[in-house]
Amino acid sequence: MRDVAIVGIGQTKVGEHWDIGLRHLALEALQGAMADAGVERVDALYVGNMLSGALVGQEHLGALVADFAGLRGVEAVKVEAACASGAAALRLGYVAVAGGLSNVVAVVGVEKMTDAPGPEATSAAAMACDADYEAAHGLSLAALHALLMQRYMREYGYTKENFAPFAINAHANAMNNPYAMFHLALKESTYNRARMVADPLNLMDGAPIADGAAAVVLAPVEWARQLNPAPVRVAASAVGTDAVAVHDRRDPLLLDAALLSSGRAYRQAGVAPDDIDFFELHDAFGIMAALSLEATGFAERGKGVRLALDGEIALRGRVPISTLGGLKARGHPVGATGVYQAVEAVQQLRGQAGGSQVPNARLGMTQSIGGSGATAITHILERIV
Amino acid sequence: MSVARNWRLQQQRYRLTGERCDTCGAAIFPPRDVCPECEAPAKTPLVFSGRGEIYSYSTVYHPPAEFETAAPYMVALVRLEEGPMVAAQLTDVDKGSVSIGMPVEMVTRKIRAEGDEGIIAYGYKFRPAGI
Ligand SMILES: [Zn+2]
Repeated sequence: MRDVAIVGIGQTKVGEHWDIGLRHLALEALQGAMADAGVERVDALYVGNMLSGALVGQEHLGALVADFAGLRGVEAVKVEAACASGAAALRLGYVAVAGGLSNVVAVVGVEKMTDAPGPEATSAAAMACDADYEAAHGLSLAALHALLMQRYMREYGYTKENFAPFAINAHANAMNNPYAMFHLALKESTYNRARMVADPLNLMDGAPIADGAAAVVLAPVEWARQLNPAPVRVAASAVGTDAVAVHDRRDPLLLDAALLSSGRAYRQAGVAPDDIDFFELHDAFGIMAALSLEATGFAERGKGVRLALDGEIALRGRVPISTLGGLKARGHPVGATGVYQAVEAVQQLRGQAGGSQVPNARLGMTQSIGGSGATAITHILERIV
Repeated sequence: MSVARNWRLQQQRYRLTGERCDTCGAAIFPPRDVCPECEAPAKTPLVFSGRGEIYSYSTVYHPPAEFETAAPYMVALVRLEEGPMVAAQLTDVDKGSVSIGMPVEMVTRKIRAEGDEGIIAYGYKFRPAGI
């Protein structure tokens, strides 16, 4: 196995791009990453995407994006793992370079969601759930997270208002991110008054669907310094899975997939949670942020929300999360999200996170979660200069 | 959902028919033919009692497109008395009276109608036990 580095990053603004289609979003991010890396060709392209078939009527994104990016002929495939599709594409890009099969690999995550009416997008996103035993009974992703949140509140004695710090922290950090969807401080009173989506989960608790694309270029570490003055090493890359349906899990409040993938990542990198300087987690809903913090060892079970209430998730806290807005305020173009997390982690490690900079950040972790927790993909990134 | 797909699911949908693992004795729902506890083949049919209690619940206000006309509706995770958990809608209940731990029983109801011409899917829902 070879050491792998991220040598280029690119991203589009996240939001409602009524004037830009799927392929051009991907193109913009990809060109940005390739220019940042200073490369004109790549050996392979991995496209992370979940919903292009359902919402845009377009599959076959590997060849399509390669062609429109001027890479016709290159090895290219689309990778799908529900909301973790972007991170899955990064994982496969990493495997290709680490295994010595490819030298320079591009990974782009892209999603185009806002052309569809809300209920249709909700219905498409519910394809991440068990179609026969969850979605067919009217359970959306929001409903499943509401069930987890309700049980968590009961089990550990929290109120729904206790989840507000996750959203407030994300919005505060997004103010420093020009690519974020929202630049709007969120007040506690606004959070508490937001209308219910699926009780006890409200509109301000969930990450917004959006359009966007993000990309990275990977290369062997020994090449990295020639390509980029500030390369970042991929210290770990790991995937874990669990039952797709919440009701089939050993304990719905324990994210086994996240436990497995973070455990594998810590072992690969030879680090522990205390060594991590910041954590870009999957805050699609506040409850998911809490469960992710617990499964990855940053908080004991039942203490994820407490960590947020104590201010430890802020930029100067013990474990800064959602440092450039997270899914909640940067926005959640689902299949692109995992690559946005990697791009933002690289910004932090290069010292280019502006007002959201975590002081002297050396080790960053990202974790992307598919559906209600059945896939979790963890990456640990390290500054090497 | 196609007619064939509904037909394939009817045993579990109408009667909560799952499986029993002959190796470790686990009760399995939904049926999967491989025991999730011990990974042995498990194909012996087991009809569940339909009794259980609420593990968690929610009221859905912003549903997926196929359920828009039904909203708001209540959903729950129900721990069946045989052990497994299922996700389903609640029926014959008002929102204020539902709580975690509440005993419920299975009933067969329409779970989804697909458009004016579409097929109507029936299946399990749960209601407070003994009403
Ligand atoms: Zn068994």
